Amino acid sequence: MAFSSFNEALAMAGHGPYVWAAYLLTAAVLAVLVVTPMRRARLSREQIQAELRRLSATATTSPIEEGDHAPHT
Amino acid sequence: MSNMWSIIHKFGSPPWFYDFTQRWLRWLLPITVLLLLAGSVWGLLFAPPDFRQGNSYRIIFIHVPAAVVALAGYYALAFAGLVSLVWKIKMADTAMRAIAPIGAALTFIALATGSIWGKPTWGAWWVWDARITSMLLLLFLYLGVMALFEAYENRATAAKACAVLSLVGTVNIPIIYKSVDWWYSLHQPASIKFTGESAIDASMLYPLLLNIGAFYLLFAVVVMLNMRAELLSDYRTASWLQQRLGGQP
Repeated sequence: MAFSSFNEALAMAGHGPYVWAAYLLTAAVLAVLVVTPMRRARLSREQIQAELRRLSATATTSPIEEGDHAPHT
Repeated sequence: MSNMWSIIHKFGSPPWFYDFTQRWLRWLLPITVLLLLAGSVWGLLFAPPDFRQGNSYRIIFIHVPAAVVALAGYYALAFAGLVSLVWKIKMADTAMRAIAPIGAALTFIALATGSIWGKPTWGAWWVWDARITSMLLLLFLYLGVMALFEAYENRATAAKACAVLSLVGTVNIPIIYKSVDWWYSLHQPASIKFTGESAIDASMLYPLLLNIGAFYLLFAVVVMLNMRAELLSDYRTASWLQQRLGGQP
């Protein structure tokens, strides 16, 4: 460990604001780079799956059965 | 040669790429995050301070990896451009679209962290030095490719224009590499040399190499993620994709 206390590591003998700002900025940019395509992919997958469910629902239910909730009594 | 063809053929197949990246990303993504954390914590807290620059030099552990991979990424972009122009493989266009944003982001990180490092070290946020100016040009090349893809209605025309721009832009790459030797200025020359002794101590070299490796992995991971996102939107009506998604709840 190059520093003896948390405050010393934060201050880095005056260079702390520069060093920590550089690392935080980098972390933020990298996080956006990873999260953005994952979110895009998830939204696309959900859209495709919703479309597939809609298609299979219209394929299996015929117009006659639809809305036919007659009681079995 | 036939082996190379089979590799190109595989990577040119969207279903194969979709399955391949799904398997690999499960491991690569967490490993990359761990390596990035390890290299950065090592560089920030455990590496000794520099005897001339003090602690400001710790920015090197992200500045150099970002710059190195931003340059390497440009080779990847130009190679994808070449494949797209010569063989008209659609996956090469997808790769170009995927590489440009991360290339731009890494170039931005290199410029921004360099600027932050410059203030306490040179006394200036920015100087119009050859290395910095040619890196700024690299950023504009990446942004130019991104903009060109959006500028054309026709996908094939857009890919062609992007491929040509990326290939023309490779002229800038040796200029960036050599700028610190050709024009002696504030920016320090390379510390790591493949031939001869490096001008950096092992206690600083190891975390630096670790983060360079981690940034390379991150580049690969983000390109895969971007390409998957592109495929999911381009092939939303394709049966191979619907089959794969139909099985999942």
